[in-house]
Amino acid sequence: MTHRTEAVEASVPGTTRLFLWVWFALLILTAVETFLAYEELALLLFIIVLMGISVVKSALIMSYFMHLRFERLGLFLIIVPTLVFLICLILIFLYPDSIRLLELRP
Amino acid sequence: MTWEGGPSPLAVDKKKLGMWLFLLSDSLTFSALLIGYSYVRLGTPQWPRPFEFYPAIVKATLMTVILLTSSLTMVLGVHAAHQEKRRLAVRYILLTMLGGVLFDVIHISEWIHLILNEHVTPFANPWGTPLFGGAFFGLTGLHMLHVTIGVLYLGIVALGFGRGKFSPVDVEVSGLYWHFVDLVWMFIFPLIYLINVAPK
Repeated sequence: MTHRTEAVEASVPGTTRLFLWVWFALLILTAVETFLAYEELALLLFIIVLMGISVVKSALIMSYFMHLRFERLGLFLIIVPTLVFLICLILIFLYPDSIRLLELRP
Repeated sequence: MTWEGGPSPLAVDKKKLGMWLFLLSDSLTFSALLIGYSYVRLGTPQWPRPFEFYPAIVKATLMTVILLTSSLTMVLGVHAAHQEKRRLAVRYILLTMLGGVLFDVIHISEWIHLILNEHVTPFANPWGTPLFGGAFFGLTGLHMLHVTIGVLYLGIVALGFGRGKFSPVDVEVSGLYWHFVDLVWMFIFPLIYLINVAPK
């Protein structure tokens, strides 16, 4: 058996400048979310917009802070598609019904 | 390249892979809770909207900024650890822990305000829909537990890494956990606070 330990990256890619930019982008997105809370959007639309922004934020955190962007494709394929698939499965059971409840109101 | 049973599947350390798999399962725990909560929230037009701009929303936004900043110091700490700058790495980890403690302190002050002044419990509140308290304390409580465990975990890692017992990979693995705690808050903050801001 060959030793694969050497294959593990000793250094971490990314620079302080890059991390600062990511942090700044995350702060801006947070500010946008808080601003939107006072724009009185319809609840369903608001949740969809917020979740969209939050998915972008978590993508930034996972890609840069958690270094997923610099890992092997295999690791990404184990984590992200699995998560998306399982979350869709949970959503499929719940959401149509809760949205139907909203529309039942006069 | 095929993996032949060595210590580095997918060219990552086995500890790192283990942490990723744990985080995968933990994110499903949070997803189930958040989706369950959102379901009830969407289906309940008279859901309480008690969060005034000040203090609740200002505090929650500040907590978000603190958590994001602690993630930044953590990633810089991991970076320093990999460059064998041990003292710098430990300092960054201590800053990260400070962020976690600040987060907890602000959050607990908010809990105390809700419990003592607004009389919210997990089973009742003055605004109707008793589930509000259960959802709020359940979700934010589980997250706060993660932050608290994260602070302890980082403390152990900082101590061990400073003494040369732990490797840079150990710091990186603890960093993954910390970023995950940050990531979960990015969903709790809008779903718990922002969709329940007090109407004008």
